[in-house]
Amino acid sequence: MPFDIYDLSTFTHWIDTSLRAGMSPFWAVFTEFVLVGVVFLAFYAVVGLFLVYAERRICAFMQCRLGPNRVGPGGIFQTIADLIKLLFKELIYIKNADKILFNIAPFIVIIASFLALAAIPFGKGLQAMDFNIGIFYVVAVSSIGVIGILLAGWSSNSKYSLIGALRSGAQIISYELSVGLSLIVIVILAGTMQLSEIVEMQRDGWFIFTGHLPAVIAFIIFMIASTAEINRGPFDLAEAESELTAGFHTEYSGIKFAFFFLAEYMNMFIVASIAATVFWGGWMPLHIGSWEGFNHAMDFIPPFIWYLGKTAVIIYLIMLFKWTFPRLRIDQLLTLEWKYLLPVNLFNVLLMAFIVLKGWHF
Amino acid sequence: MEGVLPINQVVSEVEQQEYIINMGPQHPSTHGVLRFLLSLKGEVVQYVQPHCGYIHRGIEKMTEKITYPQIIHLTDRLDYLSAHMNNEAVSLCVENALQIEVPERVKYIRTIMAELSRLASHQLWWAAFGMDLGALTTFFYGLRDREYILDIFEQTTGSRLTQSYNCPGGLMNDIHPDFQKKVKEFIKNFRKVLPEYNQLLTGNVIFHERTKGIGLLSKEDAISFGVTGPSGRGSGFSCDLRKSHPYSAYDKVDFKEILYTEGDTFARYQVRMDEMLESMNIIEQLIDNIPEGDYALKMKAIIKLPEGEYYQRVESARGEFGVHIISDGNKNPYRVKFRSPNFSNLSAIDSMARGFKIADLVAISGSLDLVIPDLDK
Amino acid sequence: MFFNYIGGIFKGIKTLLTGMKVTSSYFFRPSKIVTQKYPENRKELKMFDSFKGEVILTHNENNEHKCTGCGICEINCPNGSIEIVSMFITTEDGKKKKAIDKHIYHLGMCTFCALCVKTCPSNALDFGKDFEQAVFDRARLTKILNKEGSKLMKGVE
Repeated sequence: MPFDIYDLSTFTHWIDTSLRAGMSPFWAVFTEFVLVGVVFLAFYAVVGLFLVYAERRICAFMQCRLGPNRVGPGGIFQTIADLIKLLFKELIYIKNADKILFNIAPFIVIIASFLALAAIPFGKGLQAMDFNIGIFYVVAVSSIGVIGILLAGWSSNSKYSLIGALRSGAQIISYELSVGLSLIVIVILAGTMQLSEIVEMQRDGWFIFTGHLPAVIAFIIFMIASTAEINRGPFDLAEAESELTAGFHTEYSGIKFAFFFLAEYMNMFIVASIAATVFWGGWMPLHIGSWEGFNHAMDFIPPFIWYLGKTAVIIYLIMLFKWTFPRLRIDQLLTLEWKYLLPVNLFNVLLMAFIVLKGWHF
Repeated sequence: MEGVLPINQVVSEVEQQEYIINMGPQHPSTHGVLRFLLSLKGEVVQYVQPHCGYIHRGIEKMTEKITYPQIIHLTDRLDYLSAHMNNEAVSLCVENALQIEVPERVKYIRTIMAELSRLASHQLWWAAFGMDLGALTTFFYGLRDREYILDIFEQTTGSRLTQSYNCPGGLMNDIHPDFQKKVKEFIKNFRKVLPEYNQLLTGNVIFHERTKGIGLLSKEDAISFGVTGPSGRGSGFSCDLRKSHPYSAYDKVDFKEILYTEGDTFARYQVRMDEMLESMNIIEQLIDNIPEGDYALKMKAIIKLPEGEYYQRVESARGEFGVHIISDGNKNPYRVKFRSPNFSNLSAIDSMARGFKIADLVAISGSLDLVIPDLDK
Repeated sequence: MFFNYIGGIFKGIKTLLTGMKVTSSYFFRPSKIVTQKYPENRKELKMFDSFKGEVILTHNENNEHKCTGCGICEINCPNGSIEIVSMFITTEDGKKKKAIDKHIYHLGMCTFCALCVKTCPSNALDFGKDFEQAVFDRARLTKILNKEGSKLMKGVE
């Protein structure tokens, strides 16, 4: 296989063996943990800052504006300047706020998004933890974030925050169902929950092509439900700028606000990664049937680029949703989930199970 | 332990408590310093109490100390988005009191300018209404197209917002030679852009869900609250003064009064969208036929109205704007009362928003198109 | 009933896609961008001839203006943003005549209603085209319009 030249598992194995040769297994694992942690921390910061910049630029173009263009070439350092500004800002403490919960909340939100990163395959052999229940892990971990949001709203001692948090609670808990079920459709098709294997199975064709109609429906539902789950427009009821000013993070300032902000963008990145991995083949190049030359040419594009490209397209779609649609109302939001997405989803699971049983998929 | 209540009693006490939040004076969707006091039950609005007066500047009192031409610059600052219509109302009132007739040219230019203001105002309303509902892109599209009109205003009147272009007896200065060309260019361009507005927002299924059947205002309520303008016409209240009491050049143009009978937020939206088309029709009928002549009458240096009471109303972008001048024969008015459309429109908000959700309240107040400086005077 | 449900879904999705088409089409057409880079394009920014900036007293190349100090602009100003300090000078033929000492203009109080410019009997006042009026100190918004050593233009009464 030509794309094995980009296989990074030999490299990671080499690090592992050389570490284990030098020290006891405990310290070797510990060092690996620290290494991975540092790499992810850097990755997290870079991607988060870049996404904030990208969103501001993309929405500016959609709105016939230029967007940030002052700091650095094309305004690329704008978010870094913003971050520095936020770092210097005063952390305002609210009278009668529950101090402990108030301070913990942003960390819970950011840790939840941080944990989910661990299971995502960025390239061949480039995955921190290859769980055999990868999908389940991501879904489980990313739903911890809602606790942070609820705590933030509750502890702020502000009525706007509380309404925002309660909306967010109702919203995320309902949409978790749809996210899970649409992923189950693919799990049925793949027969595994291990993300690396799911990617591997899409070698000859991405699931969105091989899975017939159910996979397409599952993809659409996943996009809708995950947009709702990361609290982005048109489902940004928890923040709802025009109704609740800023919802659950109204009372936060400085770097704590930045945590919420960064976590929102990283959640978007994670959701896009999962969608790309599960439906669009992750880092797998695009292969079309028996077009040998085409397939071969595709293989020479590194997997990491494939992965980033697919993620970027999905992120663009999510941004497009936000900047086009009006916001839904809370009851409509729940109607959409319980009366539309969930029945369609359940039917879809049944359909996919039937197709797989009959062996009609490719 | 003392103070511990049985659980059913606790629940009933909680139910009795009102959950009151203040929406405003600083809030993104009140479009200024208006304060709504909301009582909520969950998300449902129990009642709304609008508290106004945060930007009261005492304009009515100020007019008692200044002369009639000087009132013009204050009416600019009432409803700044229909500054031209407000100026026109004062000018017409003074002219009627003096029983003078302005040249035809003035009437035509006044009408065109008023319709351009109405277009600009409705564009800004569309922009902000989309933003109230969370569709942020509409804001920039609306402002982008409004820019053309503001440029036309600036070229002729010298200002973009507070034009002070009318004065008793005519206009401050003649129109710019490029005026007609630019207006035609704008209309041609805007006719192309308007379908885009419809694609982006009007047709959107989420938008329909958010606006249809929301904030119902019956025709009877509209009349009894005095809700005029597009908000009233959305409830089937035929209140277009341009049609029923034509002033300036409105009797020379052919246009239809937009009426919708549903009385919900979507109907009010549709009225304004259709009015934009009608405004363009009116301008197109007039723009090529502006008669030659003077742009103003020669007025006396000091205008003194004969003793008496005078009332003049015009259709501003938000409804019926009235000027009531009581003169004691001096160069200053004895008392001036402005009938601002927003104040009456706001009074209906409680009956409209009761039983709907907070998000609906934002949509309803957006659909009333409130301009707070006009409301507070 | 069932077909209504399914049809509703598809109709809804179609309206959403038309909306997305509009925003997306603008994203791929950067030529439609209307905003400008302000300080960079300062040179190209020209205000219209009728633009109402600050009020100025026009001076010709000999440092002469047309203001006779009659005070009509002061009377007509609704906000009291014009103050005229007049003095009496003796002309060559020995007559005493009113002339301006200072034509004080408070830009911070001005609402640009154009009544002063319009009513000036000798057309001495005009609007400047400068639109960058921000200053750091409120006191700098008060300006004296007649320049140092300027005098009345000949032939203006």
